[in-house]
Amino acid sequence: MPTQDIFLSASHIVKRYAEHTALDDVSISVPRGKVFGLLGPNGAGKTTLIRIINRITAPDSGEITFDGHAFSPDDVRRIGYLPEERGLYKKMKVGEQAIYLAQLKGLSYAEAKSRLKVWFETFGIMPWWNKKLEELSKGMQQKVQFVITVLHRPPLLIFDEPFSGFDPVNAELLKKEILKLRDEGHTVIFSTHNMSSVEEVCDDIALINNSKVVLSGTVADVKEQFRTGVFELITRTGDLAAEPALFEIADHSQAGGFHRYLLRKSTATATGSDIIRAIADRTEVRSFCEQMPSMQEIFLRVVGH
Amino acid sequence: MGECLSPATHLKYMSKIYIIIKREFMTRVRKKSFILLTILMPFIFAALVFVPIWLSMIKSDEQKSVGIYDSTGQYVALFKDDASYHYLPVADYNNAAYYSDSTEVEAVIAITGNLTENPKQVRIYSRREVPADLLSYATNVLNEQVRRDRLAATGIEGLEQIINDIQQDFEISTVKRTAEGNETGSSTEIAMAAGFIFTFLIYMFVLSYGSMVMQSVMEEKTNRIVELMISSVKPFQLMMGKIIGIALVGFLQLAIWGSMLAIILTVVSVCFGAPAVTDAAAGSAMMGQDVTGSAAAIAAASEGDGLVAALLNLPYLELGVLFVLYFIGGYLLYASFFAAVGASVNEQEDSSQFIMPVMLIMVFALYAAMGSAQNTDGPLAFWASLFPLTAPIVMMVRIPFGVPLWQELLSVGLLYATALGFVWLSAKIYRVGILMYGKKPTVKEMIKWVRYK
Repeated sequence: MPTQDIFLSASHIVKRYAEHTALDDVSISVPRGKVFGLLGPNGAGKTTLIRIINRITAPDSGEITFDGHAFSPDDVRRIGYLPEERGLYKKMKVGEQAIYLAQLKGLSYAEAKSRLKVWFETFGIMPWWNKKLEELSKGMQQKVQFVITVLHRPPLLIFDEPFSGFDPVNAELLKKEILKLRDEGHTVIFSTHNMSSVEEVCDDIALINNSKVVLSGTVADVKEQFRTGVFELITRTGDLAAEPALFEIADHSQAGGFHRYLLRKSTATATGSDIIRAIADRTEVRSFCEQMPSMQEIFLRVVGH
Repeated sequence: MGECLSPATHLKYMSKIYIIIKREFMTRVRKKSFILLTILMPFIFAALVFVPIWLSMIKSDEQKSVGIYDSTGQYVALFKDDASYHYLPVADYNNAAYYSDSTEVEAVIAITGNLTENPKQVRIYSRREVPADLLSYATNVLNEQVRRDRLAATGIEGLEQIINDIQQDFEISTVKRTAEGNETGSSTEIAMAAGFIFTFLIYMFVLSYGSMVMQSVMEEKTNRIVELMISSVKPFQLMMGKIIGIALVGFLQLAIWGSMLAIILTVVSVCFGAPAVTDAAAGSAMMGQDVTGSAAAIAAASEGDGLVAALLNLPYLELGVLFVLYFIGGYLLYASFFAAVGASVNEQEDSSQFIMPVMLIMVFALYAAMGSAQNTDGPLAFWASLFPLTAPIVMMVRIPFGVPLWQELLSVGLLYATALGFVWLSAKIYRVGILMYGKKPTVKEMIKWVRYK
């Protein structure tokens, strides 16, 4: 892998609580301007790691480098954090508290207001500006909180389970906005166990299970690592025979006049090209593609019991 | 904050505290409940004081009949009808009609012999409990007559007059006098009342606004908003902003009550034609303890004037300055404690183990204040007004009676030293506690938090 511009790296982070170890020698590297997915089952230690990156708790040991220098308390000012357990002032008016929190982040009143208006329009929550937060639906409260997180345009954005509580339409909207933020140069860390969003949004991932990083890298690399070596072939004729030196036939089915074969390569070194070269003359290839595992499958394989 | 801040950073630091103070202040002051309570509270208090008095003064407008049986005939004429009772002579107190449920007669006073010879020969019969006012009236009337009869029986001429002269009521005027010979009218009752009002205000304020701080800290902790804020503000800013903002709400409330009181007093003094009150008040406010000379103090012997003089002669400046000092110091001390508790606990219920001891201290302080009013220079008063946790409450009671300056300075000094210590300690606990979730913290754990770097 070529040397990447790493925005944030955590190395050998250990965090112990009285009864258990939440993080056991965890290391992650988050490339600049990418979306980094922090995956793992409930209780794996994702939120603990995020809280350490936000300096809400301190690790027992381990180091964090932030934007090229050792992590210092002032760096949290350059982080926007959306906690998993959302909360704002329930009795305070939406617009007012958004401006208040933005002012604390260092924006002027006028600047905060004009930026908020743009975001509120994007999310269609402008009519709720003068409503108390508790009068809003859960999804709308989430939107408000998301806006507050990104409003001061910090270089690093951390979203803990950003999609929970969103309907598909709004989840899509959120995904689009996250990718837009990435394209504007923000580095994004987000934790989730919603695997479909990972494939669409993440560039890199780290999978944490039982307090350890069990899998990490770019989404493409991870998928590469979990290649099954199974190829799907669609042909018109059903007379394909296995070639033990190269591949074997794992499955054969027929539907609508087409034959569908699942071919499993026999050696580790064999590639899809080798197989297609071998069969190209024997049958009419309508479709040939490698069966890539979904992140969902990888997740289940790694974490599953 | 120990660290050196550059001017620009310092400005930013302060402006964030200012933003927090503004929010804490504005959200509370704009609440309908605050506005209503602030305006209504003086009326509620006035009602609490005056309504019971007023109610007890209302008599039922129905005049009840009381029968008088007097076998001697010398007492019956002494009973005079009043608004409550109409006395009518009866021939027989054994008449069953007087004791039936349908009777108009409330009671029958039966005198069956000469009371001078045998005081036991009078009874009041009634089918119900005898009203207390009737009993005391009858006792007074007969007692007076028996006394007169006995005096007459001694045969000494003019004895009654002599005794009356001896028993001439007199009142002792209390006068405060300085070494220079300045004399001022004083009143123990007024001094006590003034002290108690200030004490009570501090007690109420510290308790209600202190727990407001705790509630508000807990809200921010439980809804995790603090996790968002911690990235942009320091926990100390958050805590102090809250404590100061809520204090300002209290000041506003007091200022409103103060001006309402001033308006009411002005209206009252205008209505009762005593314009001098305001003039004199202006004079005495300038610490002119001897507005009235010694001659005037004694000349103002009539009760009303004496009261006004005593009221005017309270050491207002001293009271005012010390009230503000104790108010701020006491609030700072307790509010920072409450903030630390609010930050440490996860649920309302968990707070009680920390709040209980403090409540006990405050209740003790209130009782100590009451005790101190009886003996303003006694050991309880002395020590309780120096001990920082009770000083704000106890000292205010003593000030109207005069407290040596060194005690006031020592007490205020101790209070502020302790308050600042509490703020420092609470900030440490707050910083760690506000981000801690999970199990209920123990005192031991909180001590550990203080040592965190």
